[in-house]
Amino acid sequence: MRNLRRQGVVALGLAGLLVGTAACGGDSGTNDDGASGGDEGGGDTLVFGASADPVSLDPAYVSDGESLRAARQIYETLVTTEAGGTDIVEGLATEWEADEAGTAWTFTLRDGVTFHDGTEFNAEAVCFNFDRWYNFEGVQQSPSVSYYWQTVFTGFANNEDPEQGESLYASCEATDETTAVINLTAPSASFLPGLALAAFSIASPTALEEFGADEVTGTGEEPRFDGAYGLEEAVGTGPYTLESFEPGNRLVMTAYEDYWGDAPAIETIIFRPIADGPARRQALEAGEIQGYDLVDPADYEALEGAGYQLLSRPAFNVGYVGINTAKPPLDNPQIRQAIAHALNREALVQAQYPEGSEVATQFMPPELFGYADDVTDYPYDLEKAKSLIAESGVANPTIEFWYPTGVSRPYMPNPEANFQAFQADLEAAGFTVTPQSAPWNPDYLDAVNTGGAGLYLLGWTGDFGDPDNFIGTFFRTDQPSWGTIPQEIQDQLEAGRTETDEAARTALYEDVNRAIMEQLPGVPYVHTSPRLVFAENVEGYEPSPVSIEEFARVSFSD
Amino acid sequence: MLRFAARRVLLLVPILIGLSILVFLFVRALPGGPETALLGENATPERVAQVRELYGLDRPVYEQYLSYVQSVLSLDFGTSITTRQPVVEEIARRFPGTVELTVTAMLIAVAVGIPLGFVAARRYGSWVDNLSTAGSLLGIAIPVFALGYLLKYVFALKLGWFPTQGREDSLMFRNEHPTGFYVLDGIVTGNPEAAVDALRHLILPALALATIPLAFITRITRASVLEVAGEDYVRTAEAKGMTRPVITRRHILRNAMLPIVTVVGLQTGLLLSGAVLTETVFAFDGIGRFLAQAVFARDFPVIQAGILFLAVIFVLVNLLVDLSYGLLDPRVRTR
Repeated sequence: MRNLRRQGVVALGLAGLLVGTAACGGDSGTNDDGASGGDEGGGDTLVFGASADPVSLDPAYVSDGESLRAARQIYETLVTTEAGGTDIVEGLATEWEADEAGTAWTFTLRDGVTFHDGTEFNAEAVCFNFDRWYNFEGVQQSPSVSYYWQTVFTGFANNEDPEQGESLYASCEATDETTAVINLTAPSASFLPGLALAAFSIASPTALEEFGADEVTGTGEEPRFDGAYGLEEAVGTGPYTLESFEPGNRLVMTAYEDYWGDAPAIETIIFRPIADGPARRQALEAGEIQGYDLVDPADYEALEGAGYQLLSRPAFNVGYVGINTAKPPLDNPQIRQAIAHALNREALVQAQYPEGSEVATQFMPPELFGYADDVTDYPYDLEKAKSLIAESGVANPTIEFWYPTGVSRPYMPNPEANFQAFQADLEAAGFTVTPQSAPWNPDYLDAVNTGGAGLYLLGWTGDFGDPDNFIGTFFRTDQPSWGTIPQEIQDQLEAGRTETDEAARTALYEDVNRAIMEQLPGVPYVHTSPRLVFAENVEGYEPSPVSIEEFARVSFSD
Repeated sequence: MLRFAARRVLLLVPILIGLSILVFLFVRALPGGPETALLGENATPERVAQVRELYGLDRPVYEQYLSYVQSVLSLDFGTSITTRQPVVEEIARRFPGTVELTVTAMLIAVAVGIPLGFVAARRYGSWVDNLSTAGSLLGIAIPVFALGYLLKYVFALKLGWFPTQGREDSLMFRNEHPTGFYVLDGIVTGNPEAAVDALRHLILPALALATIPLAFITRITRASVLEVAGEDYVRTAEAKGMTRPVITRRHILRNAMLPIVTVVGLQTGLLLSGAVLTETVFAFDGIGRFLAQAVFARDFPVIQAGILFLAVIFVLVNLLVDLSYGLLDPRVRTR
């Protein structure tokens, strides 16, 4: 009996400790953490649940969403996109103009802008940044380190890899304090939208030098960032300055007092890394964070029911059934058309994709200019499919249909389910389908990219707001995955890349989209739009298709 | 005793070599490669080939292994692909968190498990015994992550007693962390609020993490006490008229401790190396979560170093358990 009593004392003691700790910290915990904004009226801190830490706060070295999200608050680019769209608008530059040849771009810069370290933003600072990127060497030229520079500008001053293409960038001249001229080696229409990427943020030259931004060592095998820049220091002109960055814990940014634009309504923004989706949701419900990105579609209803705001980010991706037009019987246009008519895309999108997803009619999302409303569409029609097969002269067409395993992409949350639905559709139309599956990477992508797959499931998420980043990437050059792409389409896309007149470009891309859907090198079937969630009292967050989203415009309602 | 210890330490060598080969092969057997981590979905075949070359993945496997061993011996575990910082530093920075969590969980497991197992044994067949048996089974059976979400639901969302995630309140970003052990940091920097906050962040993950060791410790204590209580020397002591507390303390508990110490040691090793799920569910910045993220991101250098590190920790804890055997029971050393 005595033992039992002692046991009871231990248990009571432990319980007491738990409750004691809970009560003790109650104040600084949920309340403080939680509705700090709402409770204190006006609100001075917003905690946002990130899915990971930024890799680096030097945007020149990153391509992941979380790093770019952070960079957007601390830095600014010469041009940016209109809130919620892809149209290019003023950033640090207020005007810009290309010369007739389309190779010399003159940027008029905003006056009275200072970096967070107090140094002045001017044309020299702009040229310093461009020259820095252009002169990247060694490890800095690794595709993982300077991904976006290579996407938009291709090469460097001295290419380490002889196979790397010539740089699009030639030079930069600071003709006066507020005028920078950027010279290109060839006209490029995707140059300007490319500049809106956070990767081309203008950083303080003084800070870049002082804190060793270019101290990248290690071997090509493992790039290592030795300088303090990007981890402890990050100096831009943006509405928020870096207060502290503790990877694994949080990134803290505070409003920049001397910001040239409207002062941010919220004094402190904290990004808290919570990788686990359900854990993010619980943190929101507990009031520890006031918003997070990439909400699990299964949570939409419950969150909305509980009074949270769900914001939809306009679609900027495409999921498609790729067709290798070099592989019989897929080389036969009627067979391709039969496939397109056989696939019940509406049913699949409705059954497998979250609310807000759209059925695709072409290889780029409707938000982009150059999207054509009148492309040949191939409505679901089994009879038509059957008669097309009959007309094609191919008896008992057999198709190898590839799908990836062990992967989930925004445009393809469950590849196997998509495959099964499409397989049933094709078989109903009279095709014999041979299923082929492989792990996403490297086997599946290898098979597709080397032209080994006939019919396959794939997709793409855009990097920046230009049609060339979608259909140009797909069809401008020969790629084995598509088989043969007619030369006219390739030529038109090349012309689109160098055309600098916006109206002409739009018309050109609309034409190409029509031609592509006529040729039918694949059947695009979905654009999805991911969602963010915010607490009820958060206002002003504007989701952007290219994820150019600024917390400076966010405030708390009373 | 010294020879016993030396033999045990020497045995580590083949174990570690075997481990390094296993870890190396395991990592290479994972689907995908670093190119997935680096290039993402927008990878072109040329870029993938370029990255494979950069990472030496196109060289023969034995060459890759030799260069791996070479770098391990010089304590160079490379640079994390995702964080781009030296792996050794990344692991060192997160280890205190994992230790803090493990220690808290083991304190809970020991403080509850040993008394509970003891009472269950002494009141064999009673409701306490039945309840502890059922509870232990449940503790072993319930998945840790499910329990984690449940604990958060009740204690964080409904009652609001504890936070749902992290090691520290988001707003306490001015706290200093000289040691990396946050509770301790709060104390040494004279910031009691920070210490309490860190403790509050520890409780729920530690409770979730404690369930399995708690169940094992309860079971083994019960079994061990039952066995010892039936020994002749206990009966003799009773016959001599010794009081029950004395019998319990001197004869039962001490002799029952050996298997309990073993379980506590092994479970500590397991927790240090196995808090992957708990740390992930609670967004607790420790080794487990770091490793889990590395696996998803195919961060090869981290996976390789992390697994090796945890395996070495486990082996070392095992060694300590072995050595403590020798201390507790002289018969073990002479054998």
